[in-house]
Amino acid sequence: MADQRIAICVRDLVVGFGERVVLDHLSLDVREGEILGLVGASGGGKSVLLRSLVGLLRPRSGEIEFPASGEGEAVRRGVLFQQGALFSALNARQNIQFPLREAAHLSPSLLDEIANAKLEMVGLSAEDGDKFPAELSGGMTKRVALARALALDPALLFLDEPTSGLDPIAAGEFDALIATLQSTLGFTVFMITHDLNTLAAVCDRVAALADGKIAALGPLPDVLASEHPWVKAYFHGARAQMLHLGA
Amino acid sequence: MSDQPSLTLTDNGAGALLARGAWTVANVELLERICDDAVREEIGPIDLSHVTALDTVGAWLFEKLARRNPDQSPETTLVGVPDSYAGLLAEVHGLNRAESSARRSENSFINQLARSARNLAADGIAFLHMLGAVSAALLGVLRRPRSFRLTSTVYQIGRVGWQAIPIMALITFLIGAIIAQQGIFHFRKFGAESYVVDMVGILVLREIGVLIVAIMVAGRSGSAYTAELGSMKMREEIDALSTMGLDPVSVLILPRVLALIVALPILAFLGSMAALYGGGLVAWLYGGMSPAIFIARLREAVSITHFEVGILKAPFMALVIGLVAACEGLKVKGSAESLGQQTTASVVKSIFLVIVLDGVFAVFFASIGM
Repeated sequence: MADQRIAICVRDLVVGFGERVVLDHLSLDVREGEILGLVGASGGGKSVLLRSLVGLLRPRSGEIEFPASGEGEAVRRGVLFQQGALFSALNARQNIQFPLREAAHLSPSLLDEIANAKLEMVGLSAEDGDKFPAELSGGMTKRVALARALALDPALLFLDEPTSGLDPIAAGEFDALIATLQSTLGFTVFMITHDLNTLAAVCDRVAALADGKIAALGPLPDVLASEHPWVKAYFHGARAQMLHLGA
Repeated sequence: MSDQPSLTLTDNGAGALLARGAWTVANVELLERICDDAVREEIGPIDLSHVTALDTVGAWLFEKLARRNPDQSPETTLVGVPDSYAGLLAEVHGLNRAESSARRSENSFINQLARSARNLAADGIAFLHMLGAVSAALLGVLRRPRSFRLTSTVYQIGRVGWQAIPIMALITFLIGAIIAQQGIFHFRKFGAESYVVDMVGILVLREIGVLIVAIMVAGRSGSAYTAELGSMKMREEIDALSTMGLDPVSVLILPRVLALIVALPILAFLGSMAALYGGGLVAWLYGGMSPAIFIARLREAVSITHFEVGILKAPFMALVIGLVAACEGLKVKGSAESLGQQTTASVVKSIFLVIVLDGVFAVFFASIGM
């Protein structure tokens, strides 16, 4: 990996609710242009970390920096929420246009063209833009949500379980889509996932979150070799073994 | 970024252009103007080597310019492309190729009219469908009385009947009082104050009592039914019932509709009494007519027929409210917005139908001489 610039720099991050400390002096570097997959136990603080990174949660202490973006410049980031979080009152095209409309004054025809282009980028057709979120299937919802997250060409893309709720074929296609878009548009991806196939197929590096800290970090083979008990249990448990045998 | 984008003519051949600066969404207003100006002239090769930033919007604008001269391939139209932008430009090159269908015409007046007419017809059919389903469920209950959901029905009667009594009584009391006050005020001018009793009595028993109560029930209980059934539909509870071999109509809708049919006549009766009480109170305090005289005049003015005309309408109005609420509830789709829409539609439609029904009954009773 030639590009070693850091996109997200997390130092000694502490986040907690009341008595409970969820993230305990967590440090992590996300390199520019990589796809980082984060695994961790349910309720173990993965979503808390993501929400802290995108600014929805205020940490108790510690620092989160985005060295790649210029001084005083807002970080261009897109977030794909687990359930898509599409605005139900707007159709798919309007959902994609919403951030664009807020960011700049585009002419209506250009707005439509850009939205249709984004729809096609995520593998949908311009006709799908007229559908409302309630009329979209799970896979299509994720794709529209991805198109909306990409509307402003973010430098950083946060994905919260992008393939959960999708069948293996749709999940595989979505993985491929993220990998393709990442290589074309060159953004950095921070992804929470439980999907071992996704980790193997698209993630450049994997981070394992256990006990509020990063227990293992590195390319998947290195993480698999980790001696940390939780990481061993996660990757060498019965369900994980089934996948290894099948592959 | 402060790099102002620009597109200038160079002398590298006919129409050759040089692009500079940041072609990003932040500069989109300027970019659109530049591109609009550029397409008026002949487009030659565009040199991208001085572009400092490019995003999808900028790439799409270049692609649109490139498409202006169809005889040249994109490789020759966009030249000097930095490596980092090549992927994005190639991606954009394949997009928006399909002819966009004329979807704007969908919003024309004629189309909207046609859609409204179709919706109206569909509503009518759905209403009849629901009437049939509820009747079938009722027949099923009559054949096998043990399948009747008594607990649920009693609970619903408590909700839409018993709990509604205070607010219904208060509102009809006020309406009766207002009618009496207005009657006294205006009849006084020609010395016909005593006829206020006739007016209040006949109006309340025949029309106002039941109509006001039905409208209140549509707003209070019809909307609640729609919202309940709609959220059950959203969360697939109704589908879950069906898979257990239970008929959602007889489990959920029949008890609710029956509860309304039982509760509405009772509420209409209590409402009419409250309105007469309000009228009598105003006649006494404002018009100076003692309660004994009021009651004596009322006995002369109204007959049991007036009361029957009013109370006979109540179960039919209840049926309409219940059926409309159930229809709209089952029409709810996945989104929270649709739940709100159907609840509003349920209230509006049931109030409208209640008033129409009242008019139909007025014609009917007039023609049979009641």
